[in-house]
Amino acid sequence: MKSAKLTVSALAVIAASAGVASARDQIQVAGSSTVLPYATIVAEAFGENTDFPTPVVESGGSSAGLKKFCEGVGENTIDIANASRPMKDSEKAACKAAGVTEVIEVRIGYDGIVFASDINGKDFAFTAADWFNALAAEVVKDGKVVANPYTKWSEIRADLPDQDILAFVPGTKHGTREVFEEKVIAAGCKEAGATEVFAKEKGDEDKAKEACSALRTDGKSVDIDGDYTETLARIQSAPNGIGVFGLSFYENNTDKLKVATIGGVTPSTESIASGEYPVSRPLFFYVKKQHIGTIQGLKEFAEFFVSDELAGPEGPLAAYGLVADPELAATQTAVADEATIAQ
Amino acid sequence: MSDASFPTAAKTPRTSLLAADPRTRKRNAAEARFRAYGLAAIAVALVMLVVLLVTIFSGGIGAFRQTYLTIPVTLDAAQLDKKGNRNPEDIKKVLTLTYGKILDKALDAAIADKGIQVAGLSDKDLSGLISKEASADLRDRVLADPGLIGQTIEARVLVNGRVDGYYKGRVSMESAARDANTSPAQLELADALKAQGMLATAWNWSFLTSPDASDQRPEAAGVGVAILGSLYMMLVVLALAVPIGVAAAIYLEEFAPRNRWTDIIEVNISNLAAVPSIVFGILGLAAFINFAGLPQSAPIVGGLVLVLMTLPRIIIPARAALKAVPPSIRDAALGVGASRMQSVFHHVLPLATPGILTGVILGMAQALGETAPLLLIGMVAFVKNFPAAPPEGLFDPASALPVQVYNWTQRADPAFVERASGAIIVLLAFLLCMNLFAIFLRRKFERRW
Repeated sequence: MKSAKLTVSALAVIAASAGVASARDQIQVAGSSTVLPYATIVAEAFGENTDFPTPVVESGGSSAGLKKFCEGVGENTIDIANASRPMKDSEKAACKAAGVTEVIEVRIGYDGIVFASDINGKDFAFTAADWFNALAAEVVKDGKVVANPYTKWSEIRADLPDQDILAFVPGTKHGTREVFEEKVIAAGCKEAGATEVFAKEKGDEDKAKEACSALRTDGKSVDIDGDYTETLARIQSAPNGIGVFGLSFYENNTDKLKVATIGGVTPSTESIASGEYPVSRPLFFYVKKQHIGTIQGLKEFAEFFVSDELAGPEGPLAAYGLVADPELAATQTAVADEATIAQ
Repeated sequence: MSDASFPTAAKTPRTSLLAADPRTRKRNAAEARFRAYGLAAIAVALVMLVVLLVTIFSGGIGAFRQTYLTIPVTLDAAQLDKKGNRNPEDIKKVLTLTYGKILDKALDAAIADKGIQVAGLSDKDLSGLISKEASADLRDRVLADPGLIGQTIEARVLVNGRVDGYYKGRVSMESAARDANTSPAQLELADALKAQGMLATAWNWSFLTSPDASDQRPEAAGVGVAILGSLYMMLVVLALAVPIGVAAAIYLEEFAPRNRWTDIIEVNISNLAAVPSIVFGILGLAAFINFAGLPQSAPIVGGLVLVLMTLPRIIIPARAALKAVPPSIRDAALGVGASRMQSVFHHVLPLATPGILTGVILGMAQALGETAPLLLIGMVAFVKNFPAAPPEGLFDPASALPVQVYNWTQRADPAFVERASGAIIVLLAFLLCMNLFAIFLRRKFERRW
């Protein structure tokens, strides 16, 4: 028994040392949970249609993915980072410091952010200003800055339903939160004319900006740190709540959710592509150019991802909810040329 | 003096064993209440367990059944092998997209052939009926046997998750009317095909054998890679944690002197057993991936992290089992001239084995269900390729059962909820087997003194 155990543990040690020397043959991808479904669809199709193994796609969020991406160059670092926002300057600096000096930025398309409520609830037609007035910590009422007094949507604008304000917004770790703050709350702030009042009262513009995007903390606005599935579950248990979702999630759950319009425009891949629907953001993935050649199939995967068959308006990604990039051809050329970004 | 009676005897109150006095009644009532509390506690626990099991089984049993469509498919040589030379390299260039179109055409022909008419059926409904996995399966089949090109074959293909959900009660005509991914017409078509015997819901082995699938084809997703990944990690735990843990326990219990150092070690082991498992994940990331350069998402790293986590949980029960062996056994062995090592390995260890094995199996069962430490080392990933056979396979990317559950609960398509519950059932079955094995070992080898 003793010798058997010794043999087994010896085998494990030998296996451990053998593995370090062997090369990695599959692509490693990590990052944004918004890009994840698209990346898995492409990875699956890539594995089916080529001789390369199916890439391994990890989730974890844009920031976590980019952090892993910028850890360095080598087989035990990832090859591609998915992100639902462009790389920040600080991340570029971190990459450069770790020796990741050549990075290819690939924009795969756009994602819409929609507001949806329970299918059996009331219809909503919002403007960005409504959202600012409903969720901001401080609003402007009669020309004065006051702590948010609204408790019902109808108090903000008479056309809105007489329903308690309850919103499920993505938590701060999500890339979606930034877009929500910038394109909805900050835009609504301006639309409601609160920016100038804030600037006058607070002294300078930076403080006004901060005041614009500060959300109320009295329980009317609930941060969801989990995924959209959690937001959906919260709406099902609190039917008067309104949740913030990605367009693709909504499109897969149209039997449970009712979508609200923004400025009279219903979100759809068409209205987002045309720019009519205001709340959208580009989705990216970043390729470590230094790995092209070492990791088999890396460039092929990047090209496959942005090919017309997949990322085009008729492809499976658009069918899942991605808004195809009108400038896809330029992206394809950039990937083919391995054009890197400035760091 | 001697004939004096016992004066006190007459003064004691007359009590009967049959009629309880107030004090006894009070004590009896207290006991009855305590029993009732105990029973209530057990009843609450049982109700919780039943609710949990009913939710999981009612939600997950559907994952083991899947709806299939059987249609004749004509593999058109003009589309699949344009050059007509049956060269595998040329056939490979035909992508799944083309195979999807062939399947759509086959379905269209089959409907026309059977004379099925459904009002308001769009092209999207028609092509959406068949799973996207089907075209990949068909392509694999043709690549494996290029001779099929030009023939008409019977193909058994998966249908779309929504149609499958219709037969499992997840989707209704009302919800389909609101659903962007299906339509009442599509469901009517499915009903008509079912009436013709072409569409049937059958037992689904592929849930256990096939790998994960992307968000667009929940009907094809399975736990195959996750089962294999979990198995590999358990192999690593078995190969490393058991010998190290048992050796440490034997040394600490039988040989180590009692001094301050062993006290410190003992306290540390007990502490480690209570450390949150995510901490081991952080350690694993730093030590095994960043420092030792082991690959990400690999069962070896997951296994090593779980080894660290399981070690204290094996050492503590192993020590308890060794301690439970009466000292007389050791004394007798030493008395007839055995060395200490002989007394341990010939007498004490065999008697402690059932206790040690129970601890080992329970420790491994806990490791099997652990998700948190795997989050940080890249095991929470979409892995489609099966890992190779060990030992090389230990370094290939793989998933794990609890991680697969976590993964599926985050997907947008509601069909993945069913898959996640199905994976929980598989995990529970694994745990049940391990625990039953532990009980069996205990019963079989147990010794009483």
